[in-house]
Amino acid sequence: MRTDHIKYRIGKSKGFRILVFVLAFACMIPLAAILFYIIKAGIAHINWDFLVNIPRPVGEKGGGIVNALLGSILIIALASLIAIPIGILAGVYLSENSKSRLAYWCRLSVDILQGIPSIVIGIIAYFWLVKPLGGFSALSGSAALAIMMLPIIVRSTEETLKMLPPSLKEAAFALGMPFHRVIFKVIIPVGISGILSGVMLSIARITGETAPLLFTAFGNPYLSGDVTAPVQSLPLLIFNYATSPYNDWHDLAWGASLILLVWVLFLNIFTKLISAKWKVQL
Amino acid sequence: MNMETSIPASVIPSPVVRDGAGLRKRVRRTFRQIRGEGAFRSLLLIAGGLLVVLVLGILLTLITQSLPSIRLLGLKFIWGSTWNPVRNVYGAWPFLLGTLLTSFLALLISIPFSVAIAIFLGEYYPSSWFAGALKNAVELIAAVPSVIYGFWGLAVLVPMVRQLEARFGMEQPLGVGIFSASLILSIMIIPYAASLGRSMIQMVPGHLKEAAYGLGATHWEVIRHVVIPYTRSGLFAGILLSLGRALGETMAVTMVIGNTSILPKSIFSPGNTMASVIANEFTEADKTVYLSALIELGLALFLVTVIINIAGKKIIDRVTNE
Amino acid sequence: MESTIIKSRNFNASFGSNHVVKNVNIDIPRNHVVAVMGPSGCGKTTYLRCINRMHELIPGATCRGMMTINEEDIYTMHPIFVRLKIGMVFQRPNPFPNLSIYDNVIAGYKLNGIKLARAEKDRIVEHSLTRVALWNEVKDSLMKKGAFLSGGQQQRLCIARAVAMEPEVLLFDEPTSALDPISTSTVEDLFHELKANYTLIIVTHNMQQAARVSDKTAFFYMGELVEYELTKDIFTNPRDSRTQNYITGRFS
Ligand SMILES: Nc1ncnc2c1ncn2[C@@H]1O[C@H](COP(=O)(O)OP(=O)(O)O)[C@@H](O)[C@H]1O
Ligand SMILES: [Mg+2]
Repeated sequence: MRTDHIKYRIGKSKGFRILVFVLAFACMIPLAAILFYIIKAGIAHINWDFLVNIPRPVGEKGGGIVNALLGSILIIALASLIAIPIGILAGVYLSENSKSRLAYWCRLSVDILQGIPSIVIGIIAYFWLVKPLGGFSALSGSAALAIMMLPIIVRSTEETLKMLPPSLKEAAFALGMPFHRVIFKVIIPVGISGILSGVMLSIARITGETAPLLFTAFGNPYLSGDVTAPVQSLPLLIFNYATSPYNDWHDLAWGASLILLVWVLFLNIFTKLISAKWKVQL
Repeated sequence: MNMETSIPASVIPSPVVRDGAGLRKRVRRTFRQIRGEGAFRSLLLIAGGLLVVLVLGILLTLITQSLPSIRLLGLKFIWGSTWNPVRNVYGAWPFLLGTLLTSFLALLISIPFSVAIAIFLGEYYPSSWFAGALKNAVELIAAVPSVIYGFWGLAVLVPMVRQLEARFGMEQPLGVGIFSASLILSIMIIPYAASLGRSMIQMVPGHLKEAAYGLGATHWEVIRHVVIPYTRSGLFAGILLSLGRALGETMAVTMVIGNTSILPKSIFSPGNTMASVIANEFTEADKTVYLSALIELGLALFLVTVIINIAGKKIIDRVTNE
Repeated sequence: MESTIIKSRNFNASFGSNHVVKNVNIDIPRNHVVAVMGPSGCGKTTYLRCINRMHELIPGATCRGMMTINEEDIYTMHPIFVRLKIGMVFQRPNPFPNLSIYDNVIAGYKLNGIKLARAEKDRIVEHSLTRVALWNEVKDSLMKKGAFLSGGQQQRLCIARAVAMEPEVLLFDEPTSALDPISTSTVEDLFHELKANYTLIIVTHNMQQAARVSDKTAFFYMGELVEYELTKDIFTNPRDSRTQNYITGRFS
């Protein structure tokens, strides 16, 4: 009787382990399905022409996504230009004045920013930039993406700098270095890999963002390098072409999806490598 | 050169300083740096303040832009079940319901999976190669852009759901709808609860588990009676963060939910969420009230997700500080 | 007649409301080694950090009273000048992990943006490393990161870094407490060498070390300067009973 009960308990434990195992790996099925499908549907359309041409009108075969590729790069570069300096400075502020009243509100703001749905950020950029400037523009899209990058950069900078030993800063001050040199020449260089992995992570996050670009960058079927004009981006192109009724455009969108996927994965792996290296060093 | 003459006497080092490496050079340099120090401190202050201003600005913009709709529609906005911009009727209830249905359905579907992953990685196999692979795969799920989920959902999932609906004998098997949106969402939000749950489970003190093992408990009983109670609030926080993510998700939902403003009758009906209706109609909104009503939806979305996220963060902070 | 380089009068320091250094009056003679000893928590480090204005970097830290170098008030000078004149070496060796040994030595110039000719840099590096008896050990690996050195070598590198700035005074805060006995004696030997060119103030809570290396010794107890005498006098013939208790090991 007793041994039966124990056997039952052991069996139950084993059963549960199997259930957990099955459920955990069941999540891999949709992921694998998605990756497989994107690769299968996308790979056939990717060739040199695809990368260097702009899309053709409906009905014409061929065409490419160069406008979206370059547009994405433009928007992301501009967003980084806005977000990286502000984000790092704010992160330094938080780690240097961690107990001030402003730091409390600043941290709360970072938490809030991190949680804002991306579509809402699109609305904001619309009112702050698109309306005043009188039209959709790459710049407004970049501003929206920059707002999304900020919390990640601020957080990673703050966390990285907090982990540095205080003796480092003391050594620098004791050599008569002024505060800004201590930060720029010692603190940031020593923590650079941590900060950099935050920056990379933020770029990886925004590369696939579509919602904030819908009413800012808006999309553009042609190549454009003008920051005050509408510009195409990879995710926007995928959205517009995927929801169109034309098969040719779907094909274009599959190719674009594969490229976007590879791009985002590459950024994520790169981020991981940086942060892994950083952990080894510290 | 003016700079040198304007150096206050008190900051010039006394001549006793040995030559060093060019005293004059050092002094001039240092004086410039002293002024840089104050400027840099204010720069940091500005950067820190900017974030607060940014958030206040966002809140203020949303509020002022939704004022016309708030004034004109009042509470009708929330309970009205008709959304008809042509007739200037704006009742947001279909979208609120659509958002709640998709999010909670997605949560319901994803919780068993994310908890299983958390237990698997945190308790069963914290460090083996396939646990590493699983962990990377879960991170991959979070990394895939939502527009790609939407596209895949449209191409693969929606036809499957359509077949399912046909088999159940539904009159109009569309495939697109709240159910499809929930399915896609449930995949997308798995990583949030899973990774947080995993780190919480790994924080369970070993001596607690050993005490239970010492009493003859099985592994499952240890999980059930020690690990899960200990990590309950952490898991809850993870689920909150997942929910926040689900509520605000736009693109994938927009692409598979069917985009109709009619009140959904069942979970297989097409519908709209707050986020998807904004994405669809924002650029078409030609009337002030129409645009303002959409922004009011954005404001509501902002407030709800902010509260959920802050609550989740607070719980995490409390748990990790214990 | 020896001349005074550092002088403090009625000097006080606090952390918030915690009064840590109380009414300290002291004259540090030029080109001497002065040891500051006392039980831990008595304010030695705090006092030392007031001399080159490192104390004020801690939030909530304040100080009051007079502190001069060469009759010039340290607290009306800009802290950067103070720290250029008064170098500091810390309890734990803290070379810059991102810099090579070479760059660590000239860190004070390099990171302060002071441009030097290559030959000048080489001269300073060799000179400073020789001063701290490290040159022969590292001259073939100057481009390696400073973090690869042993603890004792790292500490000497930190001393070289301070020496390279040609300060007038060097402050040491328990410079050997993180080192093994052999490294400790190497560093202690340095003090005698450095005395010719610099004034050294060394905080230690090791009495034997104070007796070995210093010309004069200051004994701190609960924030007060109890006694400040020639080292040979304070150890053989202490005037205050608290000093007596301390050096006979009745508390520590
Ligand atoms: N960073 C600090 N913040 C607050 N109080 C401190 C700090 N450092 C030291 N103290 C206080 O000042 C007193 C003297 O410390 P310290 O000067 O470090 O002593 P010592 O170096 O003689 O051991 C101690 O009682 C300690 O509590
Ligand atoms: Mg001390």
